[in-house]
Amino acid sequence: MSDIIQKVKNLSIGFKSKKGEEILILKNISTKIKKGETVGIVGESGSGKSTLALAMMGYVKHGLYTIGGECEFNSSNLLNMKSKDLEKIRGRKIAMIPQNAGQALTPNLKIGYQIDEALQLHSDLSEKEREKKISELLNKVRLPSPETIALRYPHELSGGQQQRVAVAMALAGTPDLLLLDEPTTGLDVTTQAHVLELLNFIAKDTGTSMVYVSHDLGAIAQVSDRIIVMYSGEIVLEGPSRDILKRPIHPYTHGLLKSIPKLSLAGLPESMPGSQPQPGIIQSGCSFFDRCNFSEDKCKNTSPQLEFLKELNTSVRCFNYEKLLNESQVNQNVNKIKNNSNDKEILNLSEVSISYAKQKLLDQIFNRISDDNPTVQDININIKKGETIALVGESGSGKSTILKSIAGLLKTKDGLIRFDENRNLSSDLKERNPNDLRIIQLIFQNPDESLNPNHTVEEIIAQPLKLYFGLKGEELNKNIIDLLQKVRLGEFYMSRYPRQLSGGEKQRVAVARAFAAKPDIILCDEVTSALDVSVQAAVLNLLQQLKEDFGTTYIFVSHDLAVVRAISDRVAVLYQGRLCEVGPSNDVYKFPSHPYTEVLLGAVLEPDPDIKPKLVAEDIVEEKPPEKGCSFQGRCSRIVGDICKKDIPPWQLTDSGNAIRCHIPIKELQKEQL
Amino acid sequence: MKINSIYKEEKKSAFQKVSEVIITMASRPSGFIGLSILVFHIILAFVSPYIAPYDFKAINPTLMLQAPSAEYWFGTDDLGRDVFTRTILGGRTALTITFFGSLIALLWGGLLGIFCGLVGGKIDDIVMRIVDAFLSIPWILAMLLIVSLLGTSTEVLIPALGFFYGKGIVRVARAATHDVIAKDFIVSARARGHSNFSIIWNEIIPNVRDAILVEGAMRWSWMLLGFSSLSFLGFGVSPPTPDWGLMISNARGLMSFAYWAVIAPIVGLSSLIIGINLTADAFAKALGIDRSTKAPV
Ligand SMILES: Nc1ncnc2c1ncn2[C@@H]1O[C@H](COP(=O)(O)OP(=O)(O)O)[C@@H](O)[C@H]1O
Ligand code: SF4
Ligand code: SF4
Ligand SMILES: [Mg+2]
Repeated sequence: MSDIIQKVKNLSIGFKSKKGEEILILKNISTKIKKGETVGIVGESGSGKSTLALAMMGYVKHGLYTIGGECEFNSSNLLNMKSKDLEKIRGRKIAMIPQNAGQALTPNLKIGYQIDEALQLHSDLSEKEREKKISELLNKVRLPSPETIALRYPHELSGGQQQRVAVAMALAGTPDLLLLDEPTTGLDVTTQAHVLELLNFIAKDTGTSMVYVSHDLGAIAQVSDRIIVMYSGEIVLEGPSRDILKRPIHPYTHGLLKSIPKLSLAGLPESMPGSQPQPGIIQSGCSFFDRCNFSEDKCKNTSPQLEFLKELNTSVRCFNYEKLLNESQVNQNVNKIKNNSNDKEILNLSEVSISYAKQKLLDQIFNRISDDNPTVQDININIKKGETIALVGESGSGKSTILKSIAGLLKTKDGLIRFDENRNLSSDLKERNPNDLRIIQLIFQNPDESLNPNHTVEEIIAQPLKLYFGLKGEELNKNIIDLLQKVRLGEFYMSRYPRQLSGGEKQRVAVARAFAAKPDIILCDEVTSALDVSVQAAVLNLLQQLKEDFGTTYIFVSHDLAVVRAISDRVAVLYQGRLCEVGPSNDVYKFPSHPYTEVLLGAVLEPDPDIKPKLVAEDIVEEKPPEKGCSFQGRCSRIVGDICKKDIPPWQLTDSGNAIRCHIPIKELQKEQL
Repeated sequence: MKINSIYKEEKKSAFQKVSEVIITMASRPSGFIGLSILVFHIILAFVSPYIAPYDFKAINPTLMLQAPSAEYWFGTDDLGRDVFTRTILGGRTALTITFFGSLIALLWGGLLGIFCGLVGGKIDDIVMRIVDAFLSIPWILAMLLIVSLLGTSTEVLIPALGFFYGKGIVRVARAATHDVIAKDFIVSARARGHSNFSIIWNEIIPNVRDAILVEGAMRWSWMLLGFSSLSFLGFGVSPPTPDWGLMISNARGLMSFAYWAVIAPIVGLSSLIIGINLTADAFAKALGIDRSTKAPV
């Protein structure tokens, strides 16, 4: 028997455009998956990675069709198999774990019942055996107290737990091949690290082959033996994981690795220009030509073929890979960010607390908010003019909530927001005058949601210019063009609609709109999380440039500690709406750390096979902050005892001016765990 | 820096946009048929007074219930009037009244729906309860009550029909507004300090307009059916003005021996309803709105 489990041969998949043209999503893909091997497929959105993974289980999405080639599993082509035969293979021989496991589970059925269904469908076990198997499976995916989990409904589990259940269900049929499509995207950093560790364990334990699809090289690096890099529907690089990450010989992968921020590097990485061509754009030469730093004239008109290099056991699609062969490692250069903050305070939050609790009638009448345990509490931050301060924490830690109150979109329960040392800002929009509104602008995570799809770029940028400065006609036009240039977009973008722009371009428009108001402070809520990795660095660089030019202050919210490391001067770490640690970036990223900061730092996934995440604490999710004591007590692995449960820990200062809120003395926090 | 231009597409004028939608509609067989029928009826409504071969009210006892012939293409009715003349004229009143009725339905239904979606909370709840309460009254009974109190003049019929057929539009407009209101671009506009009016006009309406228009077009065909039922019952158009509903009602007793007097208005009415229906469907598809889940009430 051969050790090849899945063979993709010259596979092309595409769709017919409205005009009847055939548009290719996958272009002549060939690859093999070996028994027991984990293959990572990485690429940006639209590169065809999910289409390839689905084809590997004989599934072609509605609207797409196979143009040529085959996917061979156990020497039969899945793509022309009858659906009856396919059903026998799917779930039993090949299982799939989707991105959003919560949605894949049936909401009104208990977890145990759903796993039992999968077992009935995919195995021949008796009822007794199945019962045992359910606990076994739940145990295997390391869910705490499997017996109770089996009796719960999907919505009673956290995202990470739902993902584990999905893994358990996939394992029910003891598959030979497990396909995972972005299985950890959308999970919290800490949860993500735990799920990946689990997948590694399962791969070793069961010998199942895995195909792991992701846009995140950090996640891919943790699980893969081999990596396939896709770009614009083609495989551009394929080889052993370590070589690809340490010595990428394709310009795209090389540039990508250079542009990903790393924890160990303070400062902004180099960015890659442009964006991936949309499917259907007719290009004669190399699809990466527009963005390539190694290109030559030949690349413009001739497409390179995928070439197998025997000595490296690597396939590469590039004429000039030799130039990269000589570069022994990716030398990442970062532009150290200039800290041009001065000592003048621009925004001060003192004793701010915010509550989402539904208010009783009496409180409503007296227009007050009463909540003993508000979502956000005790926030004291002093923000200096011109600095970038980052708020970090897992989802639900209250980062966006704080931004909303600063923007006047959410009333605070208590506390003061003071601007420019002497002006109090109300947290209620209606009580702010137009100038108060102008000085603080927001940039959102997802430009698809933050730009009105029915407005042109011109109309979008004109809004603040008209509203705040009453500009009209020629002058308005001049200002719009000027702003577009500042965000590196040409004048011809004015007449476009958001749907005609790539993700990075849309976010640039959102940035231009924020700067149009000439604000003093810009609130950035996860502004790069929805962007492709290759354009993330470009947007970060742009934000930094604009800040240096205009002296703007940024409050930068992110869950990505590497991104925060790259751009921020100061960091505030939040857990359950309470501050844990505040200090200059350089210090927050060094020991001593607050136990929670330590957890967050340990969980960061780096695109480097030599840096493994450290899993210090459990990845349980807490619904509500604790009533008393330290906010992190529920998950803290260093917990000292009753004092943590009773008393709010004091702020302690380190030598470098870093403030940590913990009962453990600084000296002891100095010692790293593990 | 190299900018990778994706599509080059120029901003279109309103006229270009409208013509593009119509071309897309007509490029589907069902849309083409629907549009042709509708356009045919509209043209007919305009020109019929000039091309009608006979006087629609000329009674001629000697010519009662003539079968179709070269002279009287669709035959004559029980009063000896030419059925062809009355058929081509019979859609004018219905078409006009329901067209303006639909505009009124669109206006109040759309605005109230957007308002409810926007304010949300208690007010939204209360308004929707009231709308639901009205929805549960059989509309035909209410219409009968109104026309018997206020008469059957155009000034009564248009607003009354507009009122009853606007309820469905409230729901659609409200749901569409709810979807839009959660989007960050609205939050962004609020944070900048735009007025409520500006937010409704610039941010919400452009995003809910398509759904509301499609619903309005759908309501038009149902309103036409409703209006013809009123005429059929004798509460719509008053004789001797020719009207399909009225003609069907008058001639239905003669069905067994003078079928032509019934068939002609039935074909007129049903073809127009089908035409509007197909057009509204094609309109929805051309705008990318999926109505397939909703059935007519
Ligand atoms: N509109 C809302 N109503 C009730 N609770 C909310 C609302 N928005 C957020 N929350 C809760 O507030 C907490 C903080 O949320 P958020 O500020 O969005 O966190 P982050 O931005 O750090 O992910 C979470 O527990 C979340 O469930
Ligand atoms: S073939 Fe040319 S353009 Fe393409 S990646 Fe290689 S060097 Fe760059
Ligand atoms: S105060 Fe206690 S529970 Fe909180 S972080 Fe420190 S050791 Fe952990
Ligand atoms: Mg958030």
